[in-house]
Amino acid sequence: MTKNKRAVVFVRLKDGVLDPQGVTIGKALQQMGYDDFVSVRTGKFFELEINDSNGDIEKKIDEVCSKLLANPVIERYTVEKD
Amino acid sequence: MKFGVVTFPGSNCDYDSYAAVRFILGEEVEFLWHKSEDLLGCDAVILPGGFAHGDYLRAGAIARFSPIMDKVIKFAHTGGVVIGICNGFQVLTESGLLPGALIRNDHLRFSCKFVHLRVENNESKFTSVCKKGEVLKIPIAHGEGNYYHFDEDISTLEDSGRVLFRYATPEGEVTNEANPNGSINNIAGIVNEGGNVLGMMPHPERAVEDILGSSDGLRVFESLRACFGSSKRVVPS
Repeated sequence: MTKNKRAVVFVRLKDGVLDPQGVTIGKALQQMGYDDFVSVRTGKFFELEINDSNGDIEKKIDEVCSKLLANPVIERYTVEKD
Repeated sequence: MKFGVVTFPGSNCDYDSYAAVRFILGEEVEFLWHKSEDLLGCDAVILPGGFAHGDYLRAGAIARFSPIMDKVIKFAHTGGVVIGICNGFQVLTESGLLPGALIRNDHLRFSCKFVHLRVENNESKFTSVCKKGEVLKIPIAHGEGNYYHFDEDISTLEDSGRVLFRYATPEGEVTNEANPNGSINNIAGIVNEGGNVLGMMPHPERAVEDILGSSDGLRVFESLRACFGSSKRVVPS
């Protein structure tokens, strides 16, 4: 029996889209005295466990990213596979 | 005319919308369960406020894949009238029926209060009984109502008169202070290119009687009825 594969999807806001959470965290770092960190952008990641029965998983990962995990209007995604 | 109100798991303004249409506007209305695939011959479909599917992942992202949404999208593409209020607006942007996206309020807090909207265009199905520049007092209740659109695309919306409502002062001045969430150009409500799909963050269904603090929201529903005529069925071709 083959071991299930894993993929990690990172979703980030596109450049230019305001990230109020990141701004707030950045301000907190400044207040804590960490002046070296000039900006913070937040994001999400998803760990997908995959049983690739048909061998077309690359296409499917791309589909689920653009259809559901990310909103392509404001977000971009990258995928890392084991 | 006949309205349909979609209920998603987590919708919480479906009854408000139903009551506004049935008891105040006095028109026919049906609930449409999100797993249903039948719009029951409605002339206009309301996607109500709330937290459809818990708003897990992103607001509206999972609701967009509820079975009824395929029908709503087809209905909209053939000219059917769709109104997305608050969470419903988020579902409409996620489903691609309206451009742009609704992101976290710039101040990160959930905002629940009355705001004032300036009617920017009264030549739409949703504002036909309003005057251009008229100010409507309608409440908002959202944490993710910050309308975002890339700069180069926003002019298309603006130039074609698709911005129907803008956050303003009670006197109708569009100012930064009157913007409750950071929306670009103070945008509170827009329509699609065909003019048959409206998305707005404020809740017109919560402002339909003076006892609620305002009856200005009724203007949106009355506008629509003025276009359809009472009890006259219009089926999109």
